[in-house]
Amino acid sequence: MSKRQILMIAILLAAACALPFVVSNYRTFQFTLVLVYAIALLGLNMLTGYNGQISLGHGAFYAMGAYCTAILMDKFGVPYWATLPAAGAVCLLVGFLFGLPALRLEALYLALATFALGVSLPQLLKYKHFEEWTGGVQGIVIQKPEAPFGLPLKPDQWLYFFTLAVAVVMFFIAWNLLRGRVGRAMVAIRDNHIAAEAMGINSAIYKSLTFGVSAMYTGVAGGLSAIAVQFVAPDSFDIFLSIKFLIGIVIGGLASITGAVFGALFIQFIPNIADEISKAAPWAIFGVFLIVFIYVMPLGIYGAIRIAMARLARNAAK
Amino acid sequence: MKFNLVPIAAFVAAALATSAAYAQKKYDPGASDSEIRIGNTNPYSGPASAYGTIGRTIAAYFKMVNEQGGVNGRKVNFISYDDGYSPPKTVEMARKLVEQDQVLFLFQTLGTPCNTAIHKYMNMQKVPQSFVATGATKWNDPRNFPWTMGYQPNYQTESRIYAQYILKEKPNAKIAILYQNDDYGKDYLKGFHDGLGDKAKTMIVKEVSYEVTDPTVDSQIVQLQTSGADVFFNITTPKFAAQAIRKAYDIGWKPLHFLNNVSSSVGSVLTPAGLDKSVGIITTQYGKDPTDPEWKSDPGMLKWTAFMKKYYPEGSLIQAENVYGYGAAQTLHQVLKQAGDNLTRENVMKQAASLKDFTTDVALPGIRINTSPTDFAPIQQMKMAKFDGKTWILFGEIMGSN
Repeated sequence: MSKRQILMIAILLAAACALPFVVSNYRTFQFTLVLVYAIALLGLNMLTGYNGQISLGHGAFYAMGAYCTAILMDKFGVPYWATLPAAGAVCLLVGFLFGLPALRLEALYLALATFALGVSLPQLLKYKHFEEWTGGVQGIVIQKPEAPFGLPLKPDQWLYFFTLAVAVVMFFIAWNLLRGRVGRAMVAIRDNHIAAEAMGINSAIYKSLTFGVSAMYTGVAGGLSAIAVQFVAPDSFDIFLSIKFLIGIVIGGLASITGAVFGALFIQFIPNIADEISKAAPWAIFGVFLIVFIYVMPLGIYGAIRIAMARLARNAAK
Repeated sequence: MKFNLVPIAAFVAAALATSAAYAQKKYDPGASDSEIRIGNTNPYSGPASAYGTIGRTIAAYFKMVNEQGGVNGRKVNFISYDDGYSPPKTVEMARKLVEQDQVLFLFQTLGTPCNTAIHKYMNMQKVPQSFVATGATKWNDPRNFPWTMGYQPNYQTESRIYAQYILKEKPNAKIAILYQNDDYGKDYLKGFHDGLGDKAKTMIVKEVSYEVTDPTVDSQIVQLQTSGADVFFNITTPKFAAQAIRKAYDIGWKPLHFLNNVSSSVGSVLTPAGLDKSVGIITTQYGKDPTDPEWKSDPGMLKWTAFMKKYYPEGSLIQAENVYGYGAAQTLHQVLKQAGDNLTRENVMKQAASLKDFTTDVALPGIRINTSPTDFAPIQQMKMAKFDGKTWILFGEIMGSN
């Protein structure tokens, strides 16, 4: 990492830490959700952006993570912070197992298989034999955590910092994973899996592991969302959530780590703006935003920023 | 010694007058001399967006109220956000309404899961979650949730009406029940059991459930028929209701058939099931059906039609949701009138809980809205209706359960 990059990250982190003290509780809550989405998008981006596997069902892993957290908190009295590793582990396992048969499925076929997962999970959550744990359609209401150690923080602020800390750790791990040997192998498989195998990369194991890790990220995000929203129900995880994640990574920038944050800002705030513009057709407005973003920034927001920076640097060199 | 009552009376009167004067103009956030801010969430996008027209009707209603001078001189600022029927979004929007827009209270937030998500939050914030747009029974729980109030007849109320009718008209009935296995189905089932009381055990001969994920309910209907029941209580959502009606007819089972209000739409349930196969089915109603010729020259419905044409011309004149939204808005209008200049959250709840024999333009004649500090279920009366092959024919008295 260059000195400039470190400086940039330090400034961004400082700004992120200052944020909950300058905005209202409600805004803090919204930015908590942005961080949650950013983790989920990072997970999906590993799979789709870096490894070239399209998933239309990541909402299912998000739901699994959320339910793991909610059930552990509600039925077993586990403290909220301890539920996240469990949520991540469950999703890692399920994702890995799902990734094994999915190996045989290329591109669109994989998209359909994951789509099936995404549409079926909300209904499974209502299944009567699971109802004892999942609460059926009623869902589960959970308690909002208070700031520990007598810190002078409001619950919303504490939750924001907690989420921020988790996000920083998750991003750091992802950054380590993706820029090294593993990341290069993932990209190689995406670009040409035959050539990658010829170089000695075990395509099968990498693909299913990527699926698992990606699901784990999304699951941890789901767990955090359950804590932030204090409620889970099957209706919270419809198929549009999965589509929204896909929109998020494309708009943010495929195969970029920072792109996840931009994508998260987009999926959190653009629907609200669309609703404020028109009550009659909020989705049409959302569609217009989507088309404009894709048209103006074909490489996503991160791609556009990089191009702009490169241009600036070139002009400065002249 | 003999008291002279006149000065005492005068003193008491003066004391009351001054306290009344002091009681004037009390405001909580969201209320002022010129404005009352009301918050709402509705699914304007997403799978349940068909309901979004309720929010638009309410907005149009308050536009009309404002044009006519507002409520006690104050304009109503109705702020409604899209939650896409997604509970996390409802939480976000409810927080925006309460914390940022600083509304006085929420009104007609729509959907059982969406309202469940904000139930605790609203009660912790002590901001009214008034007249929620869902039929679940849990909204009528003033002791544990004093800031939440239902609106339409809840599922248990409706069930009890069928039970009352059966006890009276067919006391030796053998009853078979088909219900959807979720909170909605179980709500109905509980109300029905409660309504039958001790006789539930002997009268109900068979109960069968189905999952929303099931493709059909054919096998369940056959099971119910073989139980030998002569009364059938059909607790199903539209798709399954149509299947059940058709299957029962096709296998020659002709019980006295009760169909829950949820699936009483002629267009989306009885027509696909077969109008001839639906003759004789009984349901309950509480609002005037905009497609029913009976209300063509009804003054209330004429008012509604005029309102729709002027303030919500893009809305449909045959959609029951638009009638519903109008009725709900009118009820709130009454609450605000009653609240006068004391626009605190506490008083809004207090006034909402002291509606006496109120009626709306669009409620069936004779249906009264009554609430009290221990009764947070505004509409508890319905009228039974029988299908004649073309339309629902209302019959009998107004039924209620108290």
